[in-house]
Amino acid sequence: MVSPRMVREGAPMRAEFAPVVETARPDHLLMAEMIQRGARVLDVGCGDGQLLRLLVSRKNVDGRGIELSQSGVNNSVAHGLSVIQGDADKDLDQYPDDAFDYVILSQTLQATRHPRAVMENLLRIGRRAVVSVPNFGHWRMRMQLLALGRMPVTKTLPETWYDTQNIHLCTIRDFVDLCDEVGAHIERAVALDVSGRPVGLRLPWWFWNLFGAQAVFLLSRG
Amino acid sequence: MARPKVVESIKEAARREADLPQSHVARFGPESPLKLDCGISLSPYQVAYKTYGTLNADKSNAVLVTHALTGDQHVANEHPVTGKPGWWETMVGPGLPIDTTRYFVICSNVLGGCMGTTGPSSMNSATGRPWGVDFPLVTIPDIVRAQAALIDHLGIDQLFAVIGGSMGGMQVLEWAASYPDKVFAAMPIATAAKHSAQNIAFHEVGRQAVMADPEWHGGRYLEHNAVPRKGLAVARMAAHITYLSEAALQRKFGRELQDRERPTFTFDADFQVESYLRHQGSSFVERFDANSYLYVTRAMDYYDLAADHGGVLANAFKGTKTRFCVMGFTSDWLFPTSDSRAIVHALNAAAANVSFVEIESDKGHDAFLLDEPEFFATARGFLAGAGKARGLPEAEG
Repeated sequence: MVSPRMVREGAPMRAEFAPVVETARPDHLLMAEMIQRGARVLDVGCGDGQLLRLLVSRKNVDGRGIELSQSGVNNSVAHGLSVIQGDADKDLDQYPDDAFDYVILSQTLQATRHPRAVMENLLRIGRRAVVSVPNFGHWRMRMQLLALGRMPVTKTLPETWYDTQNIHLCTIRDFVDLCDEVGAHIERAVALDVSGRPVGLRLPWWFWNLFGAQAVFLLSRG
Repeated sequence: MARPKVVESIKEAARREADLPQSHVARFGPESPLKLDCGISLSPYQVAYKTYGTLNADKSNAVLVTHALTGDQHVANEHPVTGKPGWWETMVGPGLPIDTTRYFVICSNVLGGCMGTTGPSSMNSATGRPWGVDFPLVTIPDIVRAQAALIDHLGIDQLFAVIGGSMGGMQVLEWAASYPDKVFAAMPIATAAKHSAQNIAFHEVGRQAVMADPEWHGGRYLEHNAVPRKGLAVARMAAHITYLSEAALQRKFGRELQDRERPTFTFDADFQVESYLRHQGSSFVERFDANSYLYVTRAMDYYDLAADHGGVLANAFKGTKTRFCVMGFTSDWLFPTSDSRAIVHALNAAAANVSFVEIESDKGHDAFLLDEPEFFATARGFLAGAGKARGLPEAEG
């Protein structure tokens, strides 16, 4: 059985505690902005702990992580973070309701086997969820499929169809529908372009769906 | 045969260490009996312990190291009986993960042991004879209760960390469950919240080997000036196999012959692995008391933390503020990493602060005593993070 991998592109393994400020990714900074100071946070698919370290240093959160790759876990723990080896599909069930103020799922939902169940778990465990998803509706994706008739390979989703761990890709609009279905209330949503800059805040969904490379959502129970 | 001489030397060393150990001793008189799970109040009793490093002014840097089945308080100094280095000199010392320049490290011999804490080889003051099998059965919670009495005696309100592997890890879990406010950080390594049927089975083989030795004399061998050497050696040989892994045995010994070109067509130790196990067995009986082996293996068998909390392991950790770092080794088949995961699941269900690291190693259960750089890095990182949270000064450099 193939188990989904939590892929965090652009987060290379670091041998030492890197200064957080220089390396912070735009989507990480945006997520950090959505999270209240001192909150209890669970980062599902935390990679090598880059976002958690940012949240601990900027927002003084009580942070925990789950990560599938053992090297990511060991590296995080060696840097003083509380991280366990685990899987978004299998291991969220063990957490009690309301265990965290925020549960983060960054660029991971598309790699899970049961995205809907994962979303429901996020909103059960956390009072709020912060979720980022790559947008398969981006114009570059559409172009590649339309013009070349091939599965898109882009900077955001750089793997070929046979190598990718991303088994449940969706568009921003698809994700908004899923939020509706699981009863999530969208408190805030921001689409980011390929270079991580926010796509015009007041523009309609269809525009985001075409020009957003990814979107970050702050969700609460509806 | 040199046997009487060996008996004499065991008798001397073991007898000396059992009652007058070469370490600190905390003595608890009739005013402070130890209430055991079996219903008996043990009194008087003593706890033998070693310390390393210096306790800071606000007593916030104390680390309790809990030892495994056949370990003792001599973590990081020459062993008084064998003259060998301490059992965890890779982990405990200046600049090492459990840094004795930062932490005040305490390790005590377990209740039921034979290195100075009251156990079956200690003198029973009521009879003037060694306790032998009259010593009450003790449990992991009893062992931890005796340690808690020691920590009180030392005037320490909260331990910065409790750290131990194997049976030591069981004590760590018990500390965290029974004295949550006294444990800031807990590091249970290569352990389980309950002893498995397979592990009980191996222990039973060991105990039966000891008791089948006529020199055991119904547990009264000390009074017969005897030692059940053969039985205890067999017990150790069988147990030792469970501490290794097939890969480690293959790498170390393969089918290599011991100092010979070809098999001798006898039952002599032709293979290196046989010779190694015989050596493990015979050197073990030089330092360890056979009855202690029975008692301490029994304590492990009885351990089932969930059973003490309504059958739900998470209940043992309800509301805990302790930070946990659970570690296991991939090739450990005595305490497989699934046992570690069960602990982690329970801690998650209790919304505890927990880290879990699985260390890739082919060295089996004993890996926690060996040179495993990733294990050391994890321990170091976890303790540094916990130290920061506790307000301990950060390590230099």
